[in-house]
Amino acid sequence: MIENKRLTVSASPHQKSADTTTRIMLDVIIALLPAGIVAVAVFGLRALAVILVSVLSCVLAEFLSRKAMKKEDTVTDLSAIVTGLLLAYNLPAGIPIWIVMLGAVVAIVVIKQMFGGIGQNFINPALGARVILMSAFPGRMSAGAFADTNRIGWGVDTVTGATPMGLVGLDGVQEGAPTLMQMFLGTTSGCIGEVSALALLLGGIYLMVRKVISPIIPCTFIATVAIFCTFAQGFDMYAVAYELLGGGLFLGAIFMATDYTTSPITNKGKLIAGIFCGLVTCIIRLWGSLPEGVSFSIILMNVFVPYFEDWTAPTPFGFIKEKKNKAKEETKA
Amino acid sequence: MASLNIAGVLKPAAKGHGGAHVKHHKNTSAMPVERMPVPATVTIPLSQHIGAPNEAQVKVGDEVKVGQVIGSTDAFVSAPVHATVSGTVKAIKPVKIVNGNMVNAVVIESDGEMALSEDVKPPVIETKQDFLNAVRASGLVGLGGAGFPTHVKLAFKEDAGVDTLIINAAECEPYITVDHRELLDHPKDILTGIKETVKWLGFKNAYIGIEDNKPDAFRTLLQTMEENEEFKDVAQLICLPSTYPQGAEKVLIYSATGRQVPPGKLPSDVGCVVMNVQSVSFLGRYLKTGKPLVSRSLTVDGAAVAEPKNLRAPLGTLYSDILEYCGGFKEEPYKVMAGGPMMGIATPDIQVPLLKNNNAITCLAKDYVKVKPTRACIRCGRCVESCPMCLEPTLIEKKAHLGDVAGLEKASVMTCMECGSCAFACPSGRPLVQYMRLGKTIIREAGAKK
Repeated sequence: MIENKRLTVSASPHQKSADTTTRIMLDVIIALLPAGIVAVAVFGLRALAVILVSVLSCVLAEFLSRKAMKKEDTVTDLSAIVTGLLLAYNLPAGIPIWIVMLGAVVAIVVIKQMFGGIGQNFINPALGARVILMSAFPGRMSAGAFADTNRIGWGVDTVTGATPMGLVGLDGVQEGAPTLMQMFLGTTSGCIGEVSALALLLGGIYLMVRKVISPIIPCTFIATVAIFCTFAQGFDMYAVAYELLGGGLFLGAIFMATDYTTSPITNKGKLIAGIFCGLVTCIIRLWGSLPEGVSFSIILMNVFVPYFEDWTAPTPFGFIKEKKNKAKEETKA
Repeated sequence: MASLNIAGVLKPAAKGHGGAHVKHHKNTSAMPVERMPVPATVTIPLSQHIGAPNEAQVKVGDEVKVGQVIGSTDAFVSAPVHATVSGTVKAIKPVKIVNGNMVNAVVIESDGEMALSEDVKPPVIETKQDFLNAVRASGLVGLGGAGFPTHVKLAFKEDAGVDTLIINAAECEPYITVDHRELLDHPKDILTGIKETVKWLGFKNAYIGIEDNKPDAFRTLLQTMEENEEFKDVAQLICLPSTYPQGAEKVLIYSATGRQVPPGKLPSDVGCVVMNVQSVSFLGRYLKTGKPLVSRSLTVDGAAVAEPKNLRAPLGTLYSDILEYCGGFKEEPYKVMAGGPMMGIATPDIQVPLLKNNNAITCLAKDYVKVKPTRACIRCGRCVESCPMCLEPTLIEKKAHLGDVAGLEKASVMTCMECGSCAFACPSGRPLVQYMRLGKTIIREAGAKK
């Protein structure tokens, strides 16, 4: 007779998928790498310094704030690294290093941990920090900062002048703007991570293949911008392509608007969120006083997420039939 | 998904939502069911079903024979229990069963003869009531895992509009292959069972739902129906996608007929009755021989078992005896469960008896059971994607945590069938099924207070 063994008793299921939070975050980090490589190639080591400082500051801020709150450490879920990368990608390469550190503290401590940590923040931490930095240091965060990139001295001398988004408006694309190919590859000016549509697209495809993100938000976001601009620009397709490739649209649509915590969990909700972001982006870009509207559109969408989810809550199994039956009974009566 | 294209096999009528892509681990599907040697003693619990427990009909010291009734009751929702070996009643005492409950049981010491009781004779059936009485007398309960008395399930009202019999041979749980073996080895018993059930209860349609990972089962059944005049067109086969939980009753009904069973309703409310393939096959044999439910086939598998097997064992055989017959453990078991890894019950003890509804013993080793650290929900939506009942498990978790009765009702937690797809998918390792159960308990308690 076999003796009794020490057995573990627990509720079903006894089998779990291979997905873990850490693996998901690692996938996002991998997907963000191509854009980072392009950034270093275009802006030089200065961009690398900003990226590293941002990541390290975020990780440190996460570690210290969890420690201070006497809560379990969450550095190993790698989410702070993702926030650090996204924050750096949203800054100009010439930004003073202390502003990067400040941004990291705002993102991790104020926006993420003060609201309960991973999964609880109501807006995207990197974007929230970017917006706060933009209000606090308008000069250093706006067009002028990009032109300064080369003056720092660390940069490769390829990029000068205003960002592409300053050169496009309702009257079309202005003289002196970079070519579409430059914008697709990323050899133009802009925030560190947003310049290369190609690199961002590669990352996005990787995330979709790994089923980390659903294509709904990126597709509807970008499509809405395309359709809206087509009409607003009077079918000037060159200007439309310019609107799509310029600014932070790809970075925002693929990596920021798809953030799990701050986007709807239902598919229909994602659809609404994507369209909403696209519309707000276009309105700010074409009629607002700011050249770029992707960040604000995503933050505004983040705030509406509970409503989008409520409106699009799935009908549980079996309820459709009941409704139909009721309708039938009513027509009979 | 349904990639099989066999002439004469139907495609599903509807495609269900979600589900989990679990590894199948059907390691034992090529192993025919072998008969286990008679154990020295069997421990037969008097309640092996949902419903009223039986009272013992024997005393300590009585001589019993195989098929003799040892426990019965007058309650309608119940099924009698029979002696599964011949021998002497040694004790009648409460014993622990797999879920940890204590249940009164009859312990029989086997004389090794397996002498058949004189009461065992083929039932004489002339009316529908005779048929239902015979089903009750056979002791049959849902053999797929539910353990609901079959005669109760079949006793639907004649004007209820029940027109469809669905045989559940999906076998979506990992590891388990006994249903597959039943389809391959006993197609005639299955078809006889279906034919008789349809004849006495007047179903218009009979379907057998099988997942597309068992192509040989389709061929065997089609061939049997073609070659035997008596089985011509007894049932139609449906090729189901092999996505867990395809064999869940509501999911199966939806796939087979496109009908959705509303929450709190029974399959008969949408005109369907679902029977497990083991149950219907047993019925086919019982109607010929009259031998009640005294043994069942089960899969014993998992990384910790030395010799994985499909075997037929007398009911009441202790897990320890079954595992010993399978060569014992080849490595330290981490969890031993009745059923498969998705919905099985982890047992605290291997000195527990085999019950009527136990279709498998799965012994997982430590390295197989990935214990994910429980982290905060990141709202990735994988649970929502995977829920076959179209619920939002993460939302229900939060509401259960808050004890929000109205919120739980609105989120329809009662629709949950605890299939575990959400907890399987969760990257943060959250115990979602437990939260579903908590949510249901909160609603029940709130209802009781009213």
